[in-house]
Amino acid sequence: MTTVDDRPAAPAAAPRRRPHPMLALLRNSWRQLTSMRTALVLLFLLAVAAIPGSVLPQRGVNPEQVDRYFRDHPELAPQLDRIGGFEVFGSVWFSAIYLLLFTSLVGCILPRMRDHVRALRSRPPAAPKRLERLPQHAVLEAPAAADPAAIAAVLRRRRWRVEVRGNEVSAEKGYLKETGNLLFHTSLVAVLLGVALGSWYGWHGNRLLVAGEENSFCNTRQQYSEASLGPRVDSGALPRFCLTLDDFDARFLPSGQPESYRATVTVDELTGPTRQAAFSVNSPLRLGSANVYLLGHGYAPILRYTDRYGRSQTSAVPFLTTGDANLTSEGLAPFPDANVDPVTGKRDPTQQVAFEGLYLPTAPEAPPFVSSRFPTERNPAVVLVAYRGNLGMDAGIPGSIYQLDQRQVSNGKLKQVGDAKLGVGEKWTLDDGSTLEFLGTKPYITLSVRHDPGQTLMLVACVVLLAGLMASLFARRRRVWFRVVPADPGSGSPTSGSSLVLAGGLPRTEHPGFADEFAQLIAAVRGDGRTREGAE
Amino acid sequence: MAELSDQLVTFAILAYLIAMISHAVEYALGYVRAVPAAPARELVGAGVGATGGTGGVPAVPAAAAATRQGRTARRAGVAGWAAVGLTVLAALLHLGALATRGIAAERMPWGNMYEFVLTVTWIGTAAWLAVLVKRPSLRRLGLFLTLVMVLLLAFAELKLYVEVVPLMPALQSYWFIIHVSTIVVASGIFLLGVVPAVAFLMRNGYEQGRRSFPYTLARRLPAAAGLERLTFALHAFSFPLFTFAVIAGAIWAEAAWGRAWGWDPKETWAFISWVVYAGYLHARATPSVRRNVATWIAVLGFLTVLMNLFGVNFFFTGLHSYAGVE
Ligand code: HEM
Repeated sequence: MTTVDDRPAAPAAAPRRRPHPMLALLRNSWRQLTSMRTALVLLFLLAVAAIPGSVLPQRGVNPEQVDRYFRDHPELAPQLDRIGGFEVFGSVWFSAIYLLLFTSLVGCILPRMRDHVRALRSRPPAAPKRLERLPQHAVLEAPAAADPAAIAAVLRRRRWRVEVRGNEVSAEKGYLKETGNLLFHTSLVAVLLGVALGSWYGWHGNRLLVAGEENSFCNTRQQYSEASLGPRVDSGALPRFCLTLDDFDARFLPSGQPESYRATVTVDELTGPTRQAAFSVNSPLRLGSANVYLLGHGYAPILRYTDRYGRSQTSAVPFLTTGDANLTSEGLAPFPDANVDPVTGKRDPTQQVAFEGLYLPTAPEAPPFVSSRFPTERNPAVVLVAYRGNLGMDAGIPGSIYQLDQRQVSNGKLKQVGDAKLGVGEKWTLDDGSTLEFLGTKPYITLSVRHDPGQTLMLVACVVLLAGLMASLFARRRRVWFRVVPADPGSGSPTSGSSLVLAGGLPRTEHPGFADEFAQLIAAVRGDGRTREGAE
Repeated sequence: MAELSDQLVTFAILAYLIAMISHAVEYALGYVRAVPAAPARELVGAGVGATGGTGGVPAVPAAAAATRQGRTARRAGVAGWAAVGLTVLAALLHLGALATRGIAAERMPWGNMYEFVLTVTWIGTAAWLAVLVKRPSLRRLGLFLTLVMVLLLAFAELKLYVEVVPLMPALQSYWFIIHVSTIVVASGIFLLGVVPAVAFLMRNGYEQGRRSFPYTLARRLPAAAGLERLTFALHAFSFPLFTFAVIAGAIWAEAAWGRAWGWDPKETWAFISWVVYAGYLHARATPSVRRNVATWIAVLGFLTVLMNLFGVNFFFTGLHSYAGVE
């Protein structure tokens, strides 16, 4: 009842200058109806279009699950892939919807900004003829503030924007609502720009880092197992720094639940002395040019293989965790240079050796040795199968360094030659007299290194967005008018001869508290109860 | 402590249940009172023997009807305020359950889905009582509210219950408190918001002359316009909070996972909820969209919140995999 839905008329108050007020009104109404409706429909489409992104596995989130989906649904998956089902948020249709929405948004913001600037610069409008028709109205007899200037002063003190025209006072308040609304919508565009900036100029890479100086890594594209650079990033121009994992500390509760992780690294930014830094899951290592995030961790068993000629090689091979909470890990330790004849120096491609199997940080007391019992190293053991033959690594076919090339096994070029479980310090002698020793483990961590230049913009835009949203939702635009008229001498009122003040108020948006505010304003103009009684 | 918490939850459910019954009694008595309010019709009814649609009340002479009516009204009032009292009691038990759970776990009780539901429902109740202080005339909505509470809490107790465990490292961050507490409060108020929304949809239909099943329930509800305004006020309050919570989540995700937004299923559904609620606010601000259409969008928004809470945890796996359901 106290609300007036006068949106279409809102900008019509200002544009006196326009050629045809009727046309302007029509245009405003048209914009109101079509654009808002269009925006609504597009908002809905956007929500609906996002659903497949949560139902289907997404490449950007979980590529392994996408592969599994392809295996499980060999017919359906390629079809879905063609329409962008596994990259919904980069798909043509999803982009089309949000680009349309943002076009509509910009098309909506710009004219509103113009209108709002005009409204901010224009004066509160003249009073309507009949104030008693307004949702709030009052008649004040002999108020304390009885002339327009005094009334204007009361209003100004309450931070109304006031305009005095002869015997009338017009006042308006709550421009913040529209300001907030425009800020909100503009910052949506800014968030989108931040996203675009990040995807053009940002880059990121993932890799695994085993502890120890000999394993340290430097920030070049080649050193990442997986990297993606924005289209505007030159891969030669990545910022230069090197990292060495000194120590990794993982704590677990007796139940096996992880309690805390902490990685200590030596950072060499090549500009000054090296420094040591620590980081963990919730507090990344922030270098000037990039951020380094700790994603995961595991163990790299140190294995020493002594070949039939008595020459030994040692390597710390990261075994990847299989996903169970107790860090059962699997991996491959290849020794492609084993059994090189010391006399001829020739490599015999049929005498290469590899060990494949599991690493169990806490092996069970009794077989089967297939899964770890606890995530820390209480009873570490490797359970390995030895292979001898051609590992297929020279063929130029890129293979996973964590898995054996099964083609070589199936075509008989690589043969299984025994299996064993080794505790730390134990030695296994193979059929050809060569030996394998399990010397212990080194920790490794998996890292994501990222640079996103759009982040600051996005953060600022989000703060503005929130402030604008609150202003838009909670500020309330309203107007009041006062008209000072001579009191009717025939009314027999005790104040005859003095003047009468008529007041009216109009909330321009839903405002349940307006009646109270109006009453308080009236009381203030009247000069509150006591003064009035005193006057009588 | 943990056991005490579990017992308190059970007692809270019982208290909500009794409150609901008490509200239902108020409702039923309200039906009886509804008809004799028009004496003229009552007299006509006296001649016929029974008026249609009186809910089986035998027609009685007007004077007797008036006293009876007064007594019934008083009883209805007593039942209604008893229901509110019971809701307060339930809310206290509920709060006790949360506090003891938090003490047992030595952290905020928001570490898994069970605790999450427990907290969200408590926020819903607390916000309801706050609304009631301001607008006692809305008391009858309590029937729906307590129904929602009984259903959600019983579901949590039966299907989601997990033992107290500490947080995993990914959750140990002050952003955890900021993000989760705001999500919890926003969700609780969205939950409360859906009560007047549904009530409005029923009452609005009733006021427009519909007399089929769900609309008839709305006969004793407060007027539609007030329900609609309350719906909007609650959503206008929780939407910015929810927006803040999502932003806080993105800030936390940046620190924890190296990216602010990655379209993990939880994030995707938070986005969907946000867009749907923004759609509600737009629809409501658009004069050409009818209020019941807008309100349906708000209800839809809550369904997406539920989807995020239950559906995503049960059906999808993502980085938010700490829900504690296997
Ligand atoms: C990304 C898409 C958008 C989002 C998330 C969004 C969100 C919002 C929100 C939350 C409000 C506050 C509601 C209120 O004040 O009651 C609002 C208001 C408004 N929006 Fe949008 N908006 C979007 C796009 C648009 C577009 C494309 C238009 C232009 C047609 C538009 C026009 C408006 C108008 C006119 C209002 C003011 C309503 C009022 O005065 O209450 N919005 N928007």
